[in-house]
Amino acid sequence: MATKAEHLPQAERAKLDRTWETAPGLFGWVGTVDHKVIGIRYLVTSFVFLLLGGIEALVIRIQLAQPDLHVLTPEQYNQLFSMHGVTMIFLYALPVLSGFSNYLWPLMLGARDMAFPRLNALSYWLFVCAGLFLYASFPFGAAPDGGWFNYVPNAARTYDPGPNIDIFALGLIFLGISTTVGSANFVVTLLRCRAPGMSVNRLPIIVWGTFTASVANLFAVPAVSLACAELWLDRNAGAHFFEVSGGGQPLLWQHLFWMFGHPWVYALVLPSMGIVSDALPTFCRRPLVGYTAVAIATVSTMIVGFGVWVHHMFATGIPVLALSYFSAASFVIAIPSAIAVFSWIATIWTGRPVFKVPFLYFSSFILMFVIGGVSGVMTASVALDWQLTDTYFVVAHLHYVLIGINLFPVLGGIHYWFPKMTGRMMDERLGKWAFWLVLIGFNLAFFPMHFTGLMGMPRRVYTYPAEMGVGGLNLTTTIGAFVLALGILLFLTNVARSLARGADAGPNPWDAPTLEWSVPSPPPPYNFGVIPLIASRHPLWEDRLEDIEDASVLERGFLLDEDRETLGVTPLDAEPDVILKMPGDTILPFALALSISLLFGGLFAKSIWLGGAGTLAVLVVLTLWFRPRAEPLQERPALYE
Amino acid sequence: MTRRRSLLAACTGLLPGACAQAPLDYLHGDGIQARSLAQLAWGLGIISLLVVFVIAVALIAAIVRRREAGGKHALAVRRDVGGMRWIYVGLAVSLPALLAMTVWTLLTIGAVAAPPTPPSLTIAVTGERWFWAVRYLDPHDPSGSFTTANQIVIPTGQPVRLLLSSSDVIHSFWVPRLGGKMDMIPGKTNIHWIQADHPGLYRGQCAEFCGLQHAKMAFAVLAMTPADFARWRALQLSNDLRQPLPPATIEAGLRVFASHCAACHAIRGTGAGGIVGPDLSHFGARTTIAAGSLPNTRANLAYWIGHTQQVKPGAEMPPVALTPRESSDLSALLEAL
Repeated sequence: MATKAEHLPQAERAKLDRTWETAPGLFGWVGTVDHKVIGIRYLVTSFVFLLLGGIEALVIRIQLAQPDLHVLTPEQYNQLFSMHGVTMIFLYALPVLSGFSNYLWPLMLGARDMAFPRLNALSYWLFVCAGLFLYASFPFGAAPDGGWFNYVPNAARTYDPGPNIDIFALGLIFLGISTTVGSANFVVTLLRCRAPGMSVNRLPIIVWGTFTASVANLFAVPAVSLACAELWLDRNAGAHFFEVSGGGQPLLWQHLFWMFGHPWVYALVLPSMGIVSDALPTFCRRPLVGYTAVAIATVSTMIVGFGVWVHHMFATGIPVLALSYFSAASFVIAIPSAIAVFSWIATIWTGRPVFKVPFLYFSSFILMFVIGGVSGVMTASVALDWQLTDTYFVVAHLHYVLIGINLFPVLGGIHYWFPKMTGRMMDERLGKWAFWLVLIGFNLAFFPMHFTGLMGMPRRVYTYPAEMGVGGLNLTTTIGAFVLALGILLFLTNVARSLARGADAGPNPWDAPTLEWSVPSPPPPYNFGVIPLIASRHPLWEDRLEDIEDASVLERGFLLDEDRETLGVTPLDAEPDVILKMPGDTILPFALALSISLLFGGLFAKSIWLGGAGTLAVLVVLTLWFRPRAEPLQERPALYE
Repeated sequence: MTRRRSLLAACTGLLPGACAQAPLDYLHGDGIQARSLAQLAWGLGIISLLVVFVIAVALIAAIVRRREAGGKHALAVRRDVGGMRWIYVGLAVSLPALLAMTVWTLLTIGAVAAPPTPPSLTIAVTGERWFWAVRYLDPHDPSGSFTTANQIVIPTGQPVRLLLSSSDVIHSFWVPRLGGKMDMIPGKTNIHWIQADHPGLYRGQCAEFCGLQHAKMAFAVLAMTPADFARWRALQLSNDLRQPLPPATIEAGLRVFASHCAACHAIRGTGAGGIVGPDLSHFGARTTIAAGSLPNTRANLAYWIGHTQQVKPGAEMPPVALTPRESSDLSALLEAL
């Protein structure tokens, strides 16, 4: 059975505590670089955005409940659906997964923090600032109103002269910085910050998912940042990247946006599929079936995912030969997804399910995944997509993908890891009520929506005439949306109650196999008293799985207690390589995020003074950040040389 | 799970009935293109539902099947093996299904990408915020070309070539019962075709978000027998009224039009030649007002002219204040065109 940091003498633990603890007071609150604190902040902040986006959705659903309603003006409607998309896709779906990964990675991998703790804090603060920036114009009735993919020339100055689109363009560039630094941190953390023996064939699948998503983001985000920069120049400096009268091309925007947008969609689901692949086996009392196949499927989904962006542009008049290629590539993506689905079903089939709330979310997720998957296959068919695209069929599809494949695992994942994060269990009874409301509400809202689409209701219309014959379906969807919202509300109530009164969890309440469950709940600031030595994918089940011959060593290992230290390993085999000196609390990331906000405020206001001040502040903070030190702190000579 | 299945049954059961009243439904097409697409939609849709059904059954079976009990800390297996057969069999079943869907798709693309016979009629349709400018082109005789708006009349039984473009933002041309979508992109002309086999009125709708009144950017395609179409075309090229009106009313109506409307709208054969708004020549022959916003009746027309921003907030046409007399003369004229 598992073991514990308690084996460490009290004096050593106290010393590690002193070394790793976040400073008390405001300084510590702003300056913490603890990945666990940052992870939880990511989760909480993205849930705030989930609620905002959810409220926007409910208002939209009221407007669409019946034909020809006038609850909203067309302009209000356009801002609400645009902000709903922007919020859910950019400010909830990826950040919430970053929250899980930030919290879990070091604990799963056997490290004391992420590779770049300050960069980690920076990516969080930038995310908050960019989120606030994107919402800055909302109270003034001038929020982005061009939809989340914001096609030009509808978004050009000529047709949308207000500040709405400038906020969108700058906001996405701003958020892109956060995503980029966060992704770089994940990539380096995976390559370097693991326990010895945590070789690539032993990584949890969520690590594969987030790693894949992060590498993809590094390639994908520049495309949208570039597109937004060009749009901002078109709008504010008279450039003509997309302006036909100046020789520009509106379709250029669509290519750049979807080169980013499609891989991004996979970035929103691969880590959450990883959550299921890692947590479902715990409730099936057996390891995941086909680990290697699922890991390879994760990576190959993304590789193919970079070659399908044109399937968002099937009706733009691109020659059919090219379309056929993109159509076929889109069909191919179904293969790795099928591998994952059969692996999950096989895991349940050959396992012995334990009907706890997380299992309910994860097992129903599989069916939602399949529904979202097959409707995706239908839209991948060029010819059929000429009918389906831009109708509610696509809206139904993307909600099965984003709610089914992202939100379901997230809710299940929170039930699952809540005990680790807080030391308390979530309430099962309340959890089951919330689960059934979410499942029923979601399907009631979005399953009929496929038919709304097949009956020809176009997307993004603020109202529809009665003779379209879709009033009943829309009313059903609206009712379902409110049931879903009730479920989410109950879930949050459960979180609040459990925080205050939840049963004591202990280190491993689910008897789970992975490394994060070997440490106390909540984990100490230093995570591991000693850096463990890993011998299998299931360190805590080794005593019960006969085919694992070597045993992981969790009680003895590198102590690394001189200042903040963790172990750096070789990328593939996780051989100990160097000792990494880690930074402590610092307000530099916060200061840098504020400076960048000032800079973006200046760009938005087109104020040379504000922008200049922001630039200066950025330079000053970066200088402090990179100031030379008396001794090289980051690394010490290798251990075995 | 039973709940979902019964919902499914309810929806599929309701569908044919509901679709009869849904003018934009594309599960029932007319003409070779829309029919091929509808077949593909049914085919892939049924395969998809089957997949969902099979997976749901497998999943439920996996969850509920009986197993021997074990202690709290017992695992279900002693070794990390087993279950791979699910993946092999699953792939063996899914791959042929995917391949079949891909081939069906490619065959359908082949069938509908180009019309079966070269079209003899070419119509240029330009999307504008938020209406459709329609120009019938006669390559042999420029005087045979004419412009209309928001209603496209086509002869049945033959493909019609469409040259699609936009004068402002991106729109998308879509008549679900006659064919798939094609975007209308400024600076670019996309070539598309439609065909109706039966006379009738087919609703069209802008399918790319184009701003405030994207919702109310609809149009109609009126398919007529070739003989009727020839008569309609001759009417369009003439300056005759469809209904006789007293000369005084005509004169009064034209006076109102000239002073309030002509800066933006055109009527062939009169001095009115505005190009900002829809061409109103033979407006009376159209089924709707303001790109599908209202049925074309005199009362609706008078209301629209005075209340453009209530009917279609954000539309470029300002409300026009007319005296009751002016309003009556104007609508009498327009409806008689």
